Amino acid sequence: MDRDRIDQIIDTHGCKASSLIQILIAIQSENHWLPKEVLERVSERLDVPMNQIQHITTFYKSFSLVPKGRHEVHVCMGTACHVRGAQGVLDTVEDVTGIKPGETDVDLKFSLETVNCIGCCALGPVMVVDGEYHGNLAATQVEDVLKTYE
Amino acid sequence: MAKINSTVEFEALRKEILSSRDPNRPCIAVCTGSGCLALGAAKLVAALKNEIKAQGLEQRIEVRETGCPGFCERGPLIVIYPEETCYLKVQPADAKEVIASVMEKKIIDRLLYVDQVTGERVVHEMDIPFYKNQLRLLIGNNIKLDPTSIDDYLAIGGYTALEKAVCQMKPEQVVGLVKESGLRGRGGGGFPSGNKWEFTRNAPDPEKYVVVNADEGDPGAFMDRALLEGSPHGVLEGLIIGAYAIGAHEGFLYVRQEYPLAVHNITLAIQKAEEYGFLGKNILGSGFDFTVEVAQGAGAFVCGEETALIRSLEGKTGEPKPRPPFPAVRGLWNKPTNINNVETWANIPLIINKGPAAFASVGTGGSKGTKIFSLVGKVKNTGLVEVPMGITLRDIVYKIGGGIPGEKKFKAVQTGGPAGGCMPESLLDMEVDFDQLTKAGSMMGSGGMIVLDEETCMVDFARFFLSFLAEESCGKCVPCREGIQQMLAILNDLTHGKGKKGDLELLEQLTEVSSASLCALGKGAPNPVLSTLKHFRDEYQAHMEGKCPAFTCKSLFSYYIEPEKCQACTSCGKKCPAGAIEGGKNQIHMVDQAKCTKCGACLQACPPRFAAVTRILGEVVPPPLPEEARTIVRGSK
Repeated sequence: MDRDRIDQIIDTHGCKASSLIQILIAIQSENHWLPKEVLERVSERLDVPMNQIQHITTFYKSFSLVPKGRHEVHVCMGTACHVRGAQGVLDTVEDVTGIKPGETDVDLKFSLETVNCIGCCALGPVMVVDGEYHGNLAATQVEDVLKTYE
Repeated sequence: MAKINSTVEFEALRKEILSSRDPNRPCIAVCTGSGCLALGAAKLVAALKNEIKAQGLEQRIEVRETGCPGFCERGPLIVIYPEETCYLKVQPADAKEVIASVMEKKIIDRLLYVDQVTGERVVHEMDIPFYKNQLRLLIGNNIKLDPTSIDDYLAIGGYTALEKAVCQMKPEQVVGLVKESGLRGRGGGGFPSGNKWEFTRNAPDPEKYVVVNADEGDPGAFMDRALLEGSPHGVLEGLIIGAYAIGAHEGFLYVRQEYPLAVHNITLAIQKAEEYGFLGKNILGSGFDFTVEVAQGAGAFVCGEETALIRSLEGKTGEPKPRPPFPAVRGLWNKPTNINNVETWANIPLIINKGPAAFASVGTGGSKGTKIFSLVGKVKNTGLVEVPMGITLRDIVYKIGGGIPGEKKFKAVQTGGPAGGCMPESLLDMEVDFDQLTKAGSMMGSGGMIVLDEETCMVDFARFFLSFLAEESCGKCVPCREGIQQMLAILNDLTHGKGKKGDLELLEQLTEVSSASLCALGKGAPNPVLSTLKHFRDEYQAHMEGKCPAFTCKSLFSYYIEPEKCQACTSCGKKCPAGAIEGGKNQIHMVDQAKCTKCGACLQACPPRFAAVTRILGEVVPPPLPEEARTIVRGSK
C-alpha cells in the first residue's frame, strides 16, 4: 500500500488520535492486512506511539498483522450455527485447507477465520468466502464449495 | 432537495410525496436484507427488473428493495402491493411468472405459504401464522420501504415525531413522555430509558453526547442489524429526538463492521437527513443543532458494554471502566453521555407519535411495548419476531416458530446471549418480560432466542458459551479472565470424558468467582453454567460417566455398523469424507475408529431399510469381524 493512499485515508478521517480505530479499519478493508510500514506511518501521522497501535491491533479481532490469502473464508461459529453443526463445517474446512482459524496457507490461497455471528442465523451453518454466503451447509459439501475458488 | 426550514415546509413536502404516489400502482417489495441476499435476492431483483424492462412495464410496476420483514427461513421473499400477496422462496426463474401474475391480478399457488396443519395455502402476508401471532410495530415497517429512500420513510409518516418534538415540545416534556411510557433499554440491561435520559440531561456539564449502541455482538441475535438495514431513518429519528430532549449536539452510531449493509444504509440515511434538514444546523427551523457520525466496531464483543464502547469511540482498546461514575455523568471524553441500544432508539418515534399511554398499553406491569427476538436454532420458522412483552415462550416457539423440525423433541430455549440462561420445557408457559426472565435465571439480553432440541448437548452448550466468553474477555479483571478459564477447563474435561469426582461442585463454586468483575461479561459468565446445571444436571452426570446422551461430544460416542444388518450397499463408504469405512462389494462394512471424525455422514447415508449404522454411547465398540466372516452370501432372487 503506498504512502499517498495511507495519507489519504488518514486525512478523510480527520488525522486525530481518536480516529485511530476507524483509520485502521479503512486500511485493513482495502489492504486486507496491516503491514508494519503502514502502522508506522499511521503512528507518525497521528502522533500515537507504536506500542499503543500494537495494543489496538491485537485487541480487536478484525485486524490482521499477517498477509491474507486470496480467498478469505469465514466460518460462523455463532450459537445458532453451533447448534446446527458449525463445528463439523469448521473441522472439514480445516481438513481441506490444512490451516487453522487465524492462519493462511503457504500458497496464500485461503485464509481461515471464525466469526461470532454474521446474523444469518436462519441459514446456519454458514460459511462466507470473499463475501459470498454459503448457507445451510453440510460438512460434506464444504470441499465442493472450496473447490470452486481458484 | 432544498433544506426544510419549518413545520409548514415539512407538511408541504409530505403532501407532495404522498400525492405523487399512486397507492394502487402494483409494487413488488423484495426483501434484500442480509438473510435474503445470502439466498440470492439480488439475482431475483435483477431478474424482475429485466423482465419489467423487456415487457416495457417500467411505468406500471415498481420493484422495491426492502429490509428484512423477518421470515428469513423462507427467503428470498416478496410481497406484492396493494394486495399484500406474499410469495416465499422465490427464484430468479420465477420472475416472468410473477410479473405476469401482477399484470393479470392472479395468484401463483406454488409460491404461497402452505399451512402445516390445515394444508391450506395462505395468500396474504398478515395471515401467515408466523406473522399473524406477532405485533410488528417496529419491523413491520421494513417491507414497506426502501431503506435508501428517505421519501419512502416520509410517506409512512416518518419524521413527524421529530417535528412534533423539536417544534412543538420542550425538551423536558419529551423526557417526561419517555419516562411515562415505561420504555426500558432493549440492549440487555432493561434500565428505564426516560430516567437515563433525565440523568444525562441533568448532569451539570453543558456539553453532552448521545450514542446508538449497534455493536450487536450476541451470537444468534440480529434484530438491530435488521432495524439498521431496513429502517435506518427510524433509528435516526429516535436518536435526534433523544439528543433534543437530553441537550446533546453531537451523536455517534457505533456499529460493528461485520454488518456492512447496515453501515452503508445508516451512513446514507445520515446524508439524506442532513440534506433534508432533519440533521445539522437549526433542525426544521427549531433552532436545535445536531450532527451524527458513524463509528465502526473492530470485532470485540466486550465493546457492547457501554463504558468499553465509549473507550473504543475514543480510539482506545475496549476495556470497561468502573461505574459510578456512570456515562450519564462522565462518559465520552468525560462528558455526560447517553447510550441506548438500536431498538430502544427505534421505539422513540412510536412513543412521541402515539403517546406514552398507547405505548404502555402493550406489555406487562414492568415491561412495556414490544420486543424483537431473533428466533433461531432448532425451530421450523427461523427469523425475526416482534411480540408484545408478556407473550409466553410456548407461543413464540410453537405458534410463531412452528415448533421443532424433524419430529425431534424440544429441550430448552436459551435467551440473553452468552451470559444468559436456558429454560427447560417446564418453563415454557412463562411470560416473557424483563423480570420473569431474570427470575428464571436467564435474562432478556438483546433478544437472541435459541431453541434447542434433544440433539443439543447442554454441557457442550455451556462449554460453547464459556469458550466464547473466555475468548472475548478483555482481560482487565482477574476474576473474569481467570475464573472463566477455570470453568472452561472443567467443561472441556467433561466434554472429553475426563471429568473427575468433585468437578460439578467445584464448577458451582467457581461460578461465584467471575461475578466480581466490572462489567456484565464477567458478571454474567456463570449464567450458562448455572442454568444448565440447575435444569440439566443429569446430562452433567452422564458426562461424568463418559456418556454424551445427545451424541454431540465426539469423544463420548462412536459410530458402529451392525454386521447383521449391513447389506454392503456401499452408500456409507461413498459419503465418508475421512475414508474411515472399510468394505467392498458383498463385504460387511466396518468403521475404522482411528480414522473416523464422527461427522455422521454414514448415519445419514445408510438407507433406513437397513439402518445398519448406529451410535454407541460411551461403551467400547465391539471388535471388528474376522476377515472370513465379512462376506455376505446372498440367496438367489
